[in-house]
Amino acid sequence: MAIEDREVTVVVNGQERSAAVEPRKLLVHYLRDDLGLTGTHIGCDTSQCGACSIMVNGEAVKSCTMLAVQAEGSEITTVEGLGSIEHLHPMQQSFWEEHGLQCGYCTPGVIMAMLGLLKENPNPSEEEIREGMEGVICRCTGYQFIVSAVQKAAKLMAEAEEQKEETLVANLVREGTHNG
Amino acid sequence: MANVIGASLKRKEDPRLLTGNGRFSDDIQLPGMLHAVILRSPHAHAKIKKIHAEEALKSQGVVAVYTGKDLEGKIGPVPSSWLVPDANLKEAPQYPLAIDYVRYVGDGVALIIAEDRYVARDALDLIEVEYEVLPAVVHQKEAMQEGVPLVHGDIENNIALHWKAGEVADEIINDAEVVVRESFYVQRVFPSPLETRAAIGQYDAGSGELTLWCTSQNPHIHRMVLSDVLGISEAKLRVIAPDMGGGFGGKIGVYPDEALVGYAARDLKRPVKWIEQRSEHFTASNAGRDEIIDVELAGKRDGTLLAIRVKNTANLGAYLSTMGPGVATIDFGLMITGAYDIPHASCETFGVYTNTTPTDAYRGAGKPEATYQIERIIDLYAREIGMDPIELRRKNFVRKEAFPYTNAQGLLYDSGDYEKPLEKALETLNYEELRQKQRELSKQGKLIGIGFSTYVELCGFGPSEVAGAIGFQGGVWENSTVRVHPSGKVTVYCGTSPHGQGHATTFGQVVAEKLGIPMDDIELVFSDTKSISMGWGTYGSRSTAVGGAAVSIAADRVVEKAKKIAAHELEASEEDIVFENGKFQVKGVPGQQRTFQEIAKSANMAWNLPEGMEPSLEAQSFFKPENFVYPFGTHAAVVEIDKDTGEIELKRYVCVDDVGRVINPLTAEGQVHGGIAQGVGQALWEGAVYSKDGQLLSGTLMDYALPKARFFPRIESAFTETPSPVNPLGAKGVGETGTTASIAAVMNAVMDALKPYNVKDIEMPLTSEKVWRAIQDGEGN
Ligand code: FES
Ligand code: FES
Repeated sequence: MAIEDREVTVVVNGQERSAAVEPRKLLVHYLRDDLGLTGTHIGCDTSQCGACSIMVNGEAVKSCTMLAVQAEGSEITTVEGLGSIEHLHPMQQSFWEEHGLQCGYCTPGVIMAMLGLLKENPNPSEEEIREGMEGVICRCTGYQFIVSAVQKAAKLMAEAEEQKEETLVANLVREGTHNG
Repeated sequence: MANVIGASLKRKEDPRLLTGNGRFSDDIQLPGMLHAVILRSPHAHAKIKKIHAEEALKSQGVVAVYTGKDLEGKIGPVPSSWLVPDANLKEAPQYPLAIDYVRYVGDGVALIIAEDRYVARDALDLIEVEYEVLPAVVHQKEAMQEGVPLVHGDIENNIALHWKAGEVADEIINDAEVVVRESFYVQRVFPSPLETRAAIGQYDAGSGELTLWCTSQNPHIHRMVLSDVLGISEAKLRVIAPDMGGGFGGKIGVYPDEALVGYAARDLKRPVKWIEQRSEHFTASNAGRDEIIDVELAGKRDGTLLAIRVKNTANLGAYLSTMGPGVATIDFGLMITGAYDIPHASCETFGVYTNTTPTDAYRGAGKPEATYQIERIIDLYAREIGMDPIELRRKNFVRKEAFPYTNAQGLLYDSGDYEKPLEKALETLNYEELRQKQRELSKQGKLIGIGFSTYVELCGFGPSEVAGAIGFQGGVWENSTVRVHPSGKVTVYCGTSPHGQGHATTFGQVVAEKLGIPMDDIELVFSDTKSISMGWGTYGSRSTAVGGAAVSIAADRVVEKAKKIAAHELEASEEDIVFENGKFQVKGVPGQQRTFQEIAKSANMAWNLPEGMEPSLEAQSFFKPENFVYPFGTHAAVVEIDKDTGEIELKRYVCVDDVGRVINPLTAEGQVHGGIAQGVGQALWEGAVYSKDGQLLSGTLMDYALPKARFFPRIESAFTETPSPVNPLGAKGVGETGTTASIAAVMNAVMDALKPYNVKDIEMPLTSEKVWRAIQDGEGN
């Protein structure tokens, strides 16, 4: 017997979105079918492939392992929330430059999983990147150029971080002079 | 733009894929769309006594249920497209849904259509099928024996085909100084693209047009076959392959499921979407390989090879797939001599029906198997006569001077220089030193192995006359139109159908170079039968060698016409016009020039064209190559085996491939990496496991081991370039080389490591347990 639909509200890529869904609906289906965010893909039915990886409250999660109702009130980032075609996120840019994708089906999930990795370990070794990919499968690339892409992204993101800090320090100094 | 061919450009297709803007099948949402699921047989062999669908039909949201009986006379059987001649081929009709009997686990039994995908799946449990379970047969050699169950009652001994090529007289084998014999099993594996299969049908009752989006590597073949199956004019059937998450051969086949979706959309006059589940994919989508190969290699003690005699017993599954019959026959049997000048060869192939999912082409299709047997047996031969495996290979290589070379099975190898990549690979490996190190480490009790595969591959399918002669139901030429708009921007239409290979980039590079315009001015159109008149798709590493060649020729034709217009406008003779960097220039008269864009406008406006010339600037090429192309190279693997656990570590992987002229080294290397991962996967981890009664035990991603990132070292890849004379680009094919070469390279490395135990073969995949057992049972233990 059908159980009544439930309204699920989340903040996705900075926007509040809601839809009424069956309580049994998977988060990945909610994102794709109800919110139209089809960048997140489905590659399996046993939680092995990682194609569905997204960020939920800042953590990389396989969105096929969660129900939509469990995500109520959470903050979600999908690949659509990273960069745009005109302004790619450093991770996307690195995948592009290093040829880290072929068919591109695994890519959004791999990117989210690797962002999760860099959050925990901003400067991973090749081995750590390969280990960090345990939860994702890419059938096209043989992984090597994905590794290169993640290495490059780590570098770009560290540089950006540094720059941010430098600007921050510069601003503080300026403010200090100003106040003094 | 000059020198674009050969440049490692970033891919045009990536920004949209990187930002979630791809459009894969399941991303397509149409108003009023229904969802389909297919109820599949849980038995490998059974008689369908009755199907009770009433409960399902009563369920809220279920729109329709179709069974095989409902569709009788309404949809035809889905035929194979490779009717290998002189093979006593027996094709059993495969109806889109089973009518009286199911013949493998996964055989379609009923089609359920519902308003929602969850509801559709719920309905699977509401259909009750009464089966009378029958004995099944799974193994191909067993299936040929007397008294075993017949998959199709009227096909004796389950033999679908019996094919022979070449002749090796018994005396040659009997009188030879050395004969090495071995039986290899190239096990059944799953292509496993990360996106499963899918189909979406939409019927326009007004125009009578049926649009079918489906995961197809060859939408025009789908159109050709399905128009017949569905009884709809090709002019009214539009097949579109949207973005696809890989194919690897698994999406060549025209499957019953696509016919069902098209039928239902037309019958219900509503869009219908079917998305295959991963676990469903393992039984419902064609598998690859599954060939038992018995080899005899005969020659002299000095290493001169004289003859190879091969028997292949191939498991074709319960039905003949689209390309299935050609894999273990033509693709395999004509390539059994590999890169070696072996004067006598013969191959006998049995294609056998069993109660398993059909097998079809999988990355390399027959060539990985052919390479596997010759590269494995040549190592055993070297061992037998106490020669270094490299020396034996060198001694028997087809000489550089011998090209074009006709092999013992009658194939004409287009061009080659087999020493070159071998040299380069040995250098990269530091071979002599490595052997030295191996000996030292072995004294410390370590098991290190070095293995090679010096392959040659047949690809670039192919010459139409040959296709006809070998029973392939297709023309396999290629088609491209280069259309120049008034602004000088260009749209290129192609008959191949990429799904990860990056042809929008590589073909774009060809056009950019030819027309001297920026990459950003070029749009590529693929995979839609409505905008592209005809084409034969992407498989068999044919896209660049055949499709890219068509693009190149069409672009040349555009330049030819543009030159005439430029000459006319500049009042010069055509011979005095040079075209360089996008400009038509009168020789020796600086400033007297027209840009490509100016001519594009002139051609489209037609205000002042040469006498008798038709307006517009557009050219088409239908390119029919005169031969296949034959890439080659050397792959080498270094492994270390843990004696106590049998665990294998892949320490190094070196490959030097010669794929003719390389259009984009970056994407070419990507293809090589991906191919290697799949070949190594076959050698070490992947393998279908069926129970005796035909249940697939490795039917989910939990049970089937797809390679992970941490299993691989950094691949050391390089290219040499020996152009092909067969097409104007000089290109061969790169998509399958990695898979073709790597299975044997890794296996040879493992066998080399286990030499102290005199192990000659272990059945793939080489799980730790099997390796450990081989060590335990080996000599000296
Ligand atoms: S879809 Fe495969 S892990 Fe989620
Ligand atoms: S790029 Fe195709 S699965 Fe990763």
